[in-house]
Amino acid sequence: MLQTNYSPWGFNDPFADMRRLQGTMNQLFDSGRSAERSGTYPFVNFWAGQDSIVMSAELPGLAEQDIELTVKDKMISIRGTYPEPETGDDVTWHRRERPAGSFLRSIELPFRIETDHIDARFENGVLIVEMQRPEADKPKKIQIKSS
Amino acid sequence: MAQELETKDAGNVVRSNGETRPAALTFTPAVDIFEKGETTVIIADMPGVAFDGVDVTLERQVLTLRGTLKPRASEGYRRISSEYREGDYLRVFTLSDEIDQAKINAEFKNGVLRLELPRTAKTQPKKISVNAA
Repeated sequence: MLQTNYSPWGFNDPFADMRRLQGTMNQLFDSGRSAERSGTYPFVNFWAGQDSIVMSAELPGLAEQDIELTVKDKMISIRGTYPEPETGDDVTWHRRERPAGSFLRSIELPFRIETDHIDARFENGVLIVEMQRPEADKPKKIQIKSS
Repeated sequence: MAQELETKDAGNVVRSNGETRPAALTFTPAVDIFEKGETTVIIADMPGVAFDGVDVTLERQVLTLRGTLKPRASEGYRRISSEYREGDYLRVFTLSDEIDQAKINAEFKNGVLRLELPRTAKTQPKKISVNAA
C-alpha cells in the first residue's frame, strides 16, 4: 500500500488503533515458533547444498528407533510416536507443554529420491536428512563451440 | 512445585531493538513439570543443544535452565524453506520448596533435559498425631 501523509481524520484517525493492532498481530504470528498453531507436525527446514537437499526437523525426546523415515518416489514421510509421559498414582502434574502422541508428515520434493543416496542422522533431538539429487536431475554444463 | 519467573529477556523470541536477528534468538523451552513422591521433575525440550551447551543453575530458590545451541556446519548450504527457527533456550522458575541441592539429578538426552529435584526432609509434610485428651 502506498503510504501518504494525507489523513482525512486528522489526528483522530479511528483506524489507527486497528492498524496498530493488526501490525502487532502480524508481528506476533511472524515471530516465535508456531508449534501449537497448526496441524502440521513436525516443522521442517530445507537447505540446498551443491548436489543435495537437506531436511531438518526438531524432534526432542525421541530416539532414533522411534522415528520412521520412508521414501517413495518424490515423497518423503516422517512418522513417529513420543514416549508415554510418566503415569502413576503418586504423580501430580503441574505443567504439560511438551509434544505427545504420534505424528506423520509427508513432504513432496521436486525430484525423485534414490534410497541409496540418503543419509539420515539424529543428533540432540534434531533429525537431519541429506538427500542427493539424482544424476539425471543435476544441472549439466554445456560446452559452447566456436564456429 | 515450581513457579515460572518472567525474565526480562525471555520472551518467546528475544530481539534487541525490534530487529529480527536470526543469529541471536532465545526461545522458551516447552516444559513438563510433575511431582512424583518427594521429587519434583522438570523436563525441558531443547532440540539442537548439545550436552555441553546445557547450563542449569539453582541460586536460592531460582532455577535457571539455559541451553546454548551448537552451531551446525552449514557452509555450502543455502536455506530454501524454513518452518521453524533455531536459537538458544532460557527459562527461569522459582521453586517454592526447599530442594536438597546435593541430590539434584540432571540428565540430558536427545535434546531433552530432565531434572529431578528432591525435597529436603524438613519441607516434606509432617503428620501430626492428635491425641485424645
